[in-house]
Parts: sequence; structure tokens; C-alpha cells
Amino acid sequence: MILAFIEHKNGILNKTSLEAITAAQTLAKDLGLRASAVIPCDEDRGLAREIAQYDLEKVIVARNPKLNVYTPDAWADAWTEVIKKENPQYVVMAHTYQVRDFAPKVAARFEREVLADVIRYRKENGHLVFTRRIFLGKLDADVVLQGDAPHFVTFQSGAFRADKAEKGNADEEIIDVEVGEVRMTPEEPFQEAKASVDLTKSEIIVAVGRGIKSQENIALAQQLADVLGGDLAASRPICDAEWLPIDRQIGSSGQTVAPKLYIALGISGAIQHVVGMKNSQTIVAINKDPEAPIFDIADYGIVGDLFEAVPVMIEEIKKVKGN
Amino acid sequence: MKIVVLMKQVANKDAVLRIRSDGKWIEEADVAMQTNESDGYALEEALRLKEAKGEGEVVVCSLGGASAKAVIKDALARGADRAIHILVEESYKLSPYQTAKIIAEAIKDEQADLIFTGLQSDDVGYGQTGVILAELLGIPHATIVIEVDRSSLNGTLRVKRELESGWYQWFKYRLPALFTIQSGISQIRYATLQGIMKAKSKPVKEIQATIPEFPSAQKIEKIYLPLKTKQTQLLGNGDAKRGAIELVEKLRTEVRVL
Repeated sequence: MILAFIEHKNGILNKTSLEAITAAQTLAKDLGLRASAVIPCDEDRGLAREIAQYDLEKVIVARNPKLNVYTPDAWADAWTEVIKKENPQYVVMAHTYQVRDFAPKVAARFEREVLADVIRYRKENGHLVFTRRIFLGKLDADVVLQGDAPHFVTFQSGAFRADKAEKGNADEEIIDVEVGEVRMTPEEPFQEAKASVDLTKSEIIVAVGRGIKSQENIALAQQLADVLGGDLAASRPICDAEWLPIDRQIGSSGQTVAPKLYIALGISGAIQHVVGMKNSQTIVAINKDPEAPIFDIADYGIVGDLFEAVPVMIEEIKKVKGN
Repeated sequence: MKIVVLMKQVANKDAVLRIRSDGKWIEEADVAMQTNESDGYALEEALRLKEAKGEGEVVVCSLGGASAKAVIKDALARGADRAIHILVEESYKLSPYQTAKIIAEAIKDEQADLIFTGLQSDDVGYGQTGVILAELLGIPHATIVIEVDRSSLNGTLRVKRELESGWYQWFKYRLPALFTIQSGISQIRYATLQGIMKAKSKPVKEIQATIPEFPSAQKIEKIYLPLKTKQTQLLGNGDAKRGAIELVEKLRTEVRVL
């Protein structure tokens, strides 16, 4: 069996968990296994039914009152019990901040480690070869797993597509798990910046880089985002200069996104930025410099002045939308 | 109060990396090395906590070959009190569990109140050695810590974790505990001339590590330059306005977002 982790906040699904379902289903097909999903929680708020609509053997609700709020100790205890009971070949998770926090702890309890932040895998001579980025994205590494199951694998956001998760009808099973002492006391999560936006859920992102030149010019990018119904984002230099708040930052020190459309305005494409957006379905780059590395990953490119291109785009989009 | 800070030597961020002829790793001899960025912040946070408390000891621990002495020397110059150097050449061959196991063995007798380290290394980027180490030592941990409430230190410590998408959360931990520190938590100090002089007389304990058997290690088979997977359609042929018109047409007909 392959177990996929369902991450949620008070019963509200984290979309990357659907990517974990797709990953688990894909691996299961390649290995002739079945995939199931695991939801640690204090009470099932209907999330199990939502997940049961996917093609899974079962949805396991790992239940304990101490799972009302995330802590690494409680999550590790819940997972430990589920893994001992189900004996999975693989445990598959999306490489989120929460997973980074508890997955290695669970793995360590089984004398395992996590094959983390995998961007793709292939089957070669009957075994699986996983690829991860190393040296901050400068190089790729093909990695194999050794030893016996269970194996723990986390996939980078966008490595699998949420909308490719196959539908079906899964059984629901409740396991009342034991949770021991929890050695940390969480306070309420909060947002630092006002009007903060979760860019990981954006369908369309217009991002600005150094090429935008001044804070005043950001209004132009905002107009483009507005007519597209998208969100505004930026590369690190823009946030460091405080032209946009840090919660708009895309890249290794900001958010990792995979929207349907990503428009990079005046962004050169330094690796620190690219790791945060390369899995976007369609990438558009507008940049004066034809050698800018952003064009290596762009589907569409305009080599030229963004201050000429963007106003025309806004007018053209208005025309199309007006019809 | 004793704080152990784990620091790793990695390739310089801007270094041009050449792949070794066997394709298994980079040519390390060519590469300028530096202290892993987030580990530098971990040290800074440890020093500030010690200063706030007015007493304590900061012990820097680095696992690596002879060249890792540069990391230790620099940490001592910035204010760490002493160091443990776990000597392992070709440490890139170690999987995170093996690394954690070796470090656990080397520092368990220190009985540290706190262990700080960076959230991940900028070379292999496993991002889990600290967490595994905490589990091996039987102490709680938090990852991606972006603020430490130094005034709260009293057998417990409050730390702020970075969540995704601009969210944060404070947690209170009973000590001992291990925290992995996010880059940018505070401004890193420079080593003073006095610090550099003093560092020369600070003790450095060298440990020859035996590499533990670990049958479940992940193994790097091959490293290579990321493949360019995309064909870029260049629009407008140098005319940005024409490119814009063509692009909107593509967004409508091919990307179908309009």
C-alpha cells in the first residue's frame, strides 16, 4: 500500500494534498499497489468524505483530541501508529512546511529518512529513480532508495497536478490513535502583513522584478493583474526594497507557486526565483535582455520593453473580455 | 545554559560548479567554500540568546573534512566559546540519517539545553538532519524558526515558526529542544579583530567519526545540469507592442485564460 498525507487546517484541505494523492496514485499504478489517504484530526469535519471521492482504497481518519491543532509530536505519534498498522511500501507527502517539520521525525522512528523535495521520478529496470534539485537548483540529482519499506518521499509543489487526481469511491476508516506527551504548546497562527494573500492558491500571477525600475511603476503591473483577475507577486529585490510586502515574494525565501499562468515582468530568472515558480503551467517572460535565464523556462517570451508591452496587453485583454 | 550550534561548510553560493567525471558529485577542489547561510544565522541567534541571558556557553559543532576548520575558526571569532570538529572526509556521501547519527554520538554527552542549526544546507538540501537528530536524542524540535523570544528563556523558550503564505505561529518549548533557524532571523555580526585573536586560544575538540551502517540510505546515482524542457515561443520579433498583441491572442486561444 501507498499512504498519502492529507494536510488541512481545521478541516480545510491544503490543495497540495491533492498533488500527494496524484503522486500516490501514480506510484501505485507503477508498482502494482493501491493508494490510501491519511487524515490526522480531532474530529472529521467532512474532509474524509471529500477525499473519499478520489480513487483510493480507503481514507484513514487518524483521530485523537490532541490532533485539534498541529504539533510535530502529535502528528508523529499519529503517523507512527498508522504506519505500524498499515505497513505501507511508501508514504507520500507534499513537501510543505508542515511536512518538513514532522516527516523526518516519523521516518527516524522507523530508522528511515525522507527522500525530500522530489521533482519527478521514473521507472528504470524495475526500480524507481527519483530526481531532486541540489545546490539551490543549479544541479539535478538522480537518487535511488535502498533498504526495506516503508519509504518516505515528499514531492515538490507542482511535481504532480492536483487536477490529475483520479476520482473514485473510497471507504472511510476511523482509527482512534494514541498520542503521547506533546512537548510543545502552540499559540494561534497569525498573519504578519495585513491583506496577506496566499499566492499558492492563485490561478494567475503577474510578478515583477528589478526591471520594473521604481515603486510607482508597480501600479502598471497591478493593472495587468487586475484585468486578468490575478494576483501581484515579486522577486526578492522588490520585497527587500519594500516596494511590495514580503508575503508577495516568490522564490526560495518566499512562496512556491504553480499557477495556471505566470507572467514575469522584468525578472531575469535567478535560480532563487525560478525554484518558486518553475512549475507554473504556462510561463510568460517579458524582458529587455534576450540572454535572461527566465527565457529558458518560458513558454512565451517578449524580448523588449515591458513599459511598451504591458499597456498594450491591458487594452487588448479589456477588448477580449468586453466581448 | 549550553547551546550547541551545528554548522556545515558548503560550496559558495555563486560558485561555478563542475561535475566530476564519474557524474556522482562536483569537483570540490575547484570550489570556494563558505558557511551554510542559515547555519550562520543559527550561530548569531545562539550568541544573542547567551548575551540576553548573561551567561552560558555556545559550542559550535561541524561535521566535515579538514577544510571545515575555516567554518569553526570563523564561528569562534564571532563569539562561540569552543568547538567540536567531527572529521569526515567526503561527507557528501553521508545520508541525513547517518549524519544525524554521527552528530548524536558526538554531542550527546554535552547535555545541551538548546541545539540550533540552519533549516537546510545549500548543497544537498536534505532539510532533515536536525529533525532526525532531535528524535535520536529524544528531545522536541521546531523547524523554520524565524524569531526567538529571548526574554521568555526560563527552562522553556518561545519560538516563532514561519508557516506558508505569510502565516506565523509561536510555540512554547520545554528545554532541552532543537530548533532549525531560517535565514534572515537577525543581522549577522562581523568578527572583530579582538574576536579573531581570541579564537586562536579557544579549544577545538577533534573527533574521528566512524560511519554507521545504514541500509536505508538514499543514494545519489548521478548529478547533471537541469534539462531545458521548454520551447519558448518568442513573440513580436523585437517589437514589444506587437508582441503584446500576439501574446494576448495566445492567452486566449492556447493558454485559455481569457
